[in-house]
Amino acid sequence: MWQWLKRLYHRLGSPKWFYEITAKWIPWLAIISVVGCVTGLVLGLLYAPADYLQGNSFRIIYIHVPAAILAQSAFMMMAIAGAVYLIWKMKMAAWVAKVIAPIGAGFCLIALFTGAIWGKPTWGTWWVWDARLTSMLLLLFLYFGVMALQQAMDSEESGFKAAAILALVGLVNIPIIKYSVEWWNTLHQPATLKLTEKPSMHPDMLIPLLIMIVTTYVFFALLVILRTRNEILWHERKRSWVKDILEP
Amino acid sequence: MTPKRKKRLILILFLVAGVGTAVGLLMYSLSQNINLFMTPTQIANGEVPYGRTIRAGGLVVVGSLQRSQDSLVSEFKVTDGNAEVTITYDGILPDLFREGQGIVAMGKLNRDNVFVASEVLAKHDENYMPPEVKDALEKAHLDGKEALESARY
Amino acid sequence: MEFNSFAEFIAMGGHGLYVWLSYGLTAVVIAWNVAQPVMRRRRLLKEQAQRLRREKKHDAKA
Repeated sequence: MWQWLKRLYHRLGSPKWFYEITAKWIPWLAIISVVGCVTGLVLGLLYAPADYLQGNSFRIIYIHVPAAILAQSAFMMMAIAGAVYLIWKMKMAAWVAKVIAPIGAGFCLIALFTGAIWGKPTWGTWWVWDARLTSMLLLLFLYFGVMALQQAMDSEESGFKAAAILALVGLVNIPIIKYSVEWWNTLHQPATLKLTEKPSMHPDMLIPLLIMIVTTYVFFALLVILRTRNEILWHERKRSWVKDILEP
Repeated sequence: MTPKRKKRLILILFLVAGVGTAVGLLMYSLSQNINLFMTPTQIANGEVPYGRTIRAGGLVVVGSLQRSQDSLVSEFKVTDGNAEVTITYDGILPDLFREGQGIVAMGKLNRDNVFVASEVLAKHDENYMPPEVKDALEKAHLDGKEALESARY
Repeated sequence: MEFNSFAEFIAMGGHGLYVWLSYGLTAVVIAWNVAQPVMRRRRLLKEQAQRLRREKKHDAKA
């Protein structure tokens, strides 16, 4: 197992290997994304019953929750990729960290926007400075900070290093987001989905949500692969294997 | 792992742990300010100065809502299970305002210990279910209560 | 099916504006997320192929 992981790790470090293997994955990831999204949304928008309290506005959950979960997971992955780059100087890790930043920021933006829109009819306000909303806004600014650092430095390498350090420091915000609704009193309700307990949601509403969450992860993988392949093409443009792609 | 890489790994672990501890201590010391609202217990204990704008939150006491006949003014009590505070509000209550549900109100405490709200927000919990299930749950709850009550006699 | 007609589906029990605004904004972000790497790839392949051809011509002249 350990040997296999080690071999995979070394292979992942090779841009050429990554570029070639992912070419086969892209169509499958795209198909799963589309099928999952259609299934999840049809079930969520058409077949899930309305909530007893919120009525149909609760259907925003099918984008809000997956986007919010992914924005946090993506940040963690970005920080891990950054750490791998700092420790082993693996270029691929730096490129992956670079491409995750704008994707994660996009999901974070979706979570904040849909949360605000959802808040208006349910809470009676678009925004309130409670711990959950504020820490989520901080996550967006951390993403922006990472993106800025990646481009701000004179050499690309020092930009990646600074961005990786900010991502690692920003990691502290992730448990704060998660536990904000338990540590402090907030307008935002506690989590519906917990790893340790049964979800407090009717199965007819829950199944579409779980489908959307899994689909969002698959879609995220697709986006990361697409963007990383572009980074590879750009950085390896002078290599002979890329020249062979350019001139078949 | 080469010694150089090991050193970098340890450095990074220290960085994350250090920042984590610092932020943790900061959060702990600021925890009162991070809370969005004061609880009825805090208000009953006199922790809230008169006339200062704060947020108060709790569950609306069932049966406590009184609406004025000729204006938008409403009065209700909120509780945290320990203490109660009376809130008056001149405005339209949010759609999700229900007795038994959570609310957060912004306003000032007056000398009569009545909280005069300028804004009322509705909280909701993490439970999602269709109306039929909610009704069934409530019925089961009531039946259970009745059974308990009849069993007493 | 929770809705009896298409109009009812669009209205979302009076919350249509909120629901569709959320889904609309999300669709915009998702569309950009898909379009960006696809367009960048096309541009990259075109530019780099051009560069290669230019360099070859240059080499041939020299």
